Amino acid sequence: MTDQIASRLPESWAWAAWAGAALIHVALMLCFVLAAVAFFVWLERKVSARIQDRLGPTRVGGRFGWLQSPADGIKLLCKEDIIPAAADSFLFRIAPYLCFCPAFAAFAAIPLADGWVALRLDIAVLFVLAVAGMEIFGVILAGYASGSKYSLFGAMREAAQVVSYEAPLALCLVIPVMLAGSMDLTTIANAQEGWFTQWFVFHNPFSFAAFWIYVVCATANTNRAPFDLPEAESELVAGFMTEYSGFRWAVFFMAEYTAMLAVCLIASIAFLGGWNGPIPWTGWLGLSYSVHPALGFLGDFVGFLNLTAKSFLGVIFIMALRWTLPRLRIDQVMAMCWKYCVPLAAAMLLGAAVWLCLFPGGVFRGVGLRNAPSPTVAAVGAFAGEREQVQP
Amino acid sequence: MNSPSNGAIEYDVGTDQWVLNMGPQHPSTHGVLRLTLRTDGELVTECAAHIGYLHRSAEKIGENLTPRQFIPFTDRLDYLAGMNMNLGLTLAVEKLAGFTPSEKTRHLRVLAVELCRIASHLVAACSTGLDLGSFTPFMWSFREREKIQLLFEELCGARLTYSYITPGGVTADVPEGWLDRCEAFLDQFEPVIDELHALLTSNRIFIQRMAGIGVLSAEDAIAYGCTGPVLRGSGVARDLRRHGEPIYRGMYDDYRFEIIAPVNGCYPQDHDYPPVPPQAVVGDSWHRFYVRMLEVVQSIGLVRQAIAKYRQSSGSVDPPWQVKQKLPPGEAYLETEAPKGQMGFFIVSDGSAVPWRLRIRSSSFSNLSVVEKLCRGVLLADVAAIVASLDIVLGEIDR
Amino acid sequence: MSPSEIYSMLRQLWPHLVLEAKLEAIDPWIEILPDGLVQVCRSLKEEPSLAFDFLHLISVVDYFQPDPKLAAKTAWEPHLEVVYHLSSTAKGHRLVLKTRLPRWVEQAEDRLPEIDSVAHLWPTALWHEREVFDLSGVRFKGHPDLRRILCPDDWVGHPLRKDYVMPIEYHGIRAQ
Repeated sequence: MTDQIASRLPESWAWAAWAGAALIHVALMLCFVLAAVAFFVWLERKVSARIQDRLGPTRVGGRFGWLQSPADGIKLLCKEDIIPAAADSFLFRIAPYLCFCPAFAAFAAIPLADGWVALRLDIAVLFVLAVAGMEIFGVILAGYASGSKYSLFGAMREAAQVVSYEAPLALCLVIPVMLAGSMDLTTIANAQEGWFTQWFVFHNPFSFAAFWIYVVCATANTNRAPFDLPEAESELVAGFMTEYSGFRWAVFFMAEYTAMLAVCLIASIAFLGGWNGPIPWTGWLGLSYSVHPALGFLGDFVGFLNLTAKSFLGVIFIMALRWTLPRLRIDQVMAMCWKYCVPLAAAMLLGAAVWLCLFPGGVFRGVGLRNAPSPTVAAVGAFAGEREQVQP
Repeated sequence: MNSPSNGAIEYDVGTDQWVLNMGPQHPSTHGVLRLTLRTDGELVTECAAHIGYLHRSAEKIGENLTPRQFIPFTDRLDYLAGMNMNLGLTLAVEKLAGFTPSEKTRHLRVLAVELCRIASHLVAACSTGLDLGSFTPFMWSFREREKIQLLFEELCGARLTYSYITPGGVTADVPEGWLDRCEAFLDQFEPVIDELHALLTSNRIFIQRMAGIGVLSAEDAIAYGCTGPVLRGSGVARDLRRHGEPIYRGMYDDYRFEIIAPVNGCYPQDHDYPPVPPQAVVGDSWHRFYVRMLEVVQSIGLVRQAIAKYRQSSGSVDPPWQVKQKLPPGEAYLETEAPKGQMGFFIVSDGSAVPWRLRIRSSSFSNLSVVEKLCRGVLLADVAAIVASLDIVLGEIDR
Repeated sequence: MSPSEIYSMLRQLWPHLVLEAKLEAIDPWIEILPDGLVQVCRSLKEEPSLAFDFLHLISVVDYFQPDPKLAAKTAWEPHLEVVYHLSSTAKGHRLVLKTRLPRWVEQAEDRLPEIDSVAHLWPTALWHEREVFDLSGVRFKGHPDLRRILCPDDWVGHPLRKDYVMPIEYHGIRAQ
């Protein structure tokens, strides 16, 4: 559609169509991300409260405290803007945004449903990993520019931790790339079409293990407990965020939740089937573009809901982890990365590669083509297949 | 710090050392404690503790008030274990006066003191978890502590500063049905301890953070005057409830309980306790924490026995003395086993109602003095673990 | 060992340092000369039959009556008493050690009385002696780091003395 608009405009204004399209994409992504983040703020308080045997917000906005997030946001906006005297003023001010923007920019390449992506890249996995990794600059800058020793401690710990855990994270993500044959996230998710047995997490034992290693590394990458040393409340007051208050602090938290959402989305797409539900009922009902565009859109929307549900479950899992486990010390975190996660991830990668050479299909997929129905679910699959063939 | 060796080109590349201030306001210093640390990166090379931010001149006030008037001030020493502080001063005064309370009073005092010990250890154990990042056990233990505080509120009207045990006796007898409510609380509390064990004592990450950290040998513990779980965690089985002065250990003569200490690496086996992990070294933070958790179980047994004995004993509960009761001339020093250690009160009396000198020996004072030695050569994150395992409260350190 | 046995043993070891004792008091105490503190304490700690390895408390009692009418009626002259509470974890016996010091050296105010430190025998004393110095104004010779512990570093005066007068202000804060 952008091409059509671009072709109608005079030559020198053709870029305006692309810019407009980009703005619309950004607006849509921003809406999704910010709505999710506001939801997560409320969700974290509820999850933590329930785990701790209490209720959480119950007054602001009804019995469940729905309006707590906007209320907190308004409060933070109205707070006094404090910049410590010893802080480097300009760097101090831009650091939160340097933290949030890469986390958000990674969403440009993350598809939310089949074809629903701002930038369909062949190298989406690489792009997301690289861009999300730039968040570390904001953190280090925040720690340095605060002019406080506690902040610098937090920043140094964060630098070591995030950069280290990028390695096993990437190693784990190579496995779905291998299984799908492409780094394009849309292709990876489409390769897991069908029943939940087609999901890459159940493809072979190595990818199953790799999924859990990915979960651990993703938690470490986003500074969530038990790896939340950079913001270790009990030792460094608030780590690199010590000197931040008001809205700047809110931006840091937005960055943390955005990164958490990004990482869970990647996990859902790469390992948990993406927008394909556990049971492929959209195909049975004929919700595809070949029938009618509106039905196809509805099918995609169901896929979007699937993906959102899976990633939100992942986020809840990470939140529950935070409120259950104590914090690891920095040397234990680094030991865990380099002595356990990296060798394990490498071994899983090797194992998955060997598996692909020996067995063309997965544990639940049959011998033969990658998308062939597996003998174990042949009966039900045949039934579904018949229904599919009946559709014109 | 750069020093060429033998004129060769290799020399030690030194790094700058920082002075880091874990200031009076800090989430994990258990009050207004200031620790100045000299750190080389994450490694702490030196540690100095600065106290006195909560000094309220309690000893000077003790020279102007009668002991009964001073009892509320004892509540505010170790405010997490008010009953034990009350008992400390009360028994010291009764030792000076040569007074023995009735049996019913004795059992009621044991009940109050042991219930307060449970409350204090709950805070200690779970704020250790809080300092290490485990937020949930803290909330759960405070939920249980809330129930204890409600029981005490029924008993004496206060949730934290009880002023209940006073020279002469106690301020009030138990209300109707209170003993049944105590037993009901204990019945539902025992499973909670298992939950806390699962989240803290046996938790792999918790063990990694606490085992082998801040090892205090038995000789050092005695040399530095450490008492209570800090001393027992280093393997010295010394508990004033069994080894103290007759007026104090006489309170517990007919009670059955074990002294919790790793004697030869083994703990008493009277209950089904979680196993000791192999990484834990006797005298480290994990053992100090473990001693407290096990003492909670012992205190539950003591409270049950106290309830039974109170019901069986005849007579009545002694009321407190007059406020301006004259003290016989002389001196008396008595230490009691408070949750955090041995708490001592030294009274010098010249025959009037107001003591000539009231000196308070605080257990956390000596327990904290060992932190300067323990924190050398550990990582910054371990300082929080060590201070948490010592279980200090600045109220009694600074008085 | 009973208090009388401890007393007779100490009299044997240090006859010129050990003064009187009150063994029938509620807490039996032995008084020694201040100059002989370290020697007596070393014997108490290192003698195998005594083995006093635990120092509970160091306190100072200020025997001074600020009211002149009541001062005339007291049985004692103004002095300071340094009281050490000791016990043995191995043997189980307890002891109170006392020694007298003048309130000021040669009646000159601001010259604090001095006594040897026992911190090298019992590290407990490191902080206890600091507190005694801070609040009661007794200087401990040989203490590695004698400075105030509870009061601020720039505080003037020793609050637990009976003739202590609170300053009118401290750094602009009214104190009276």
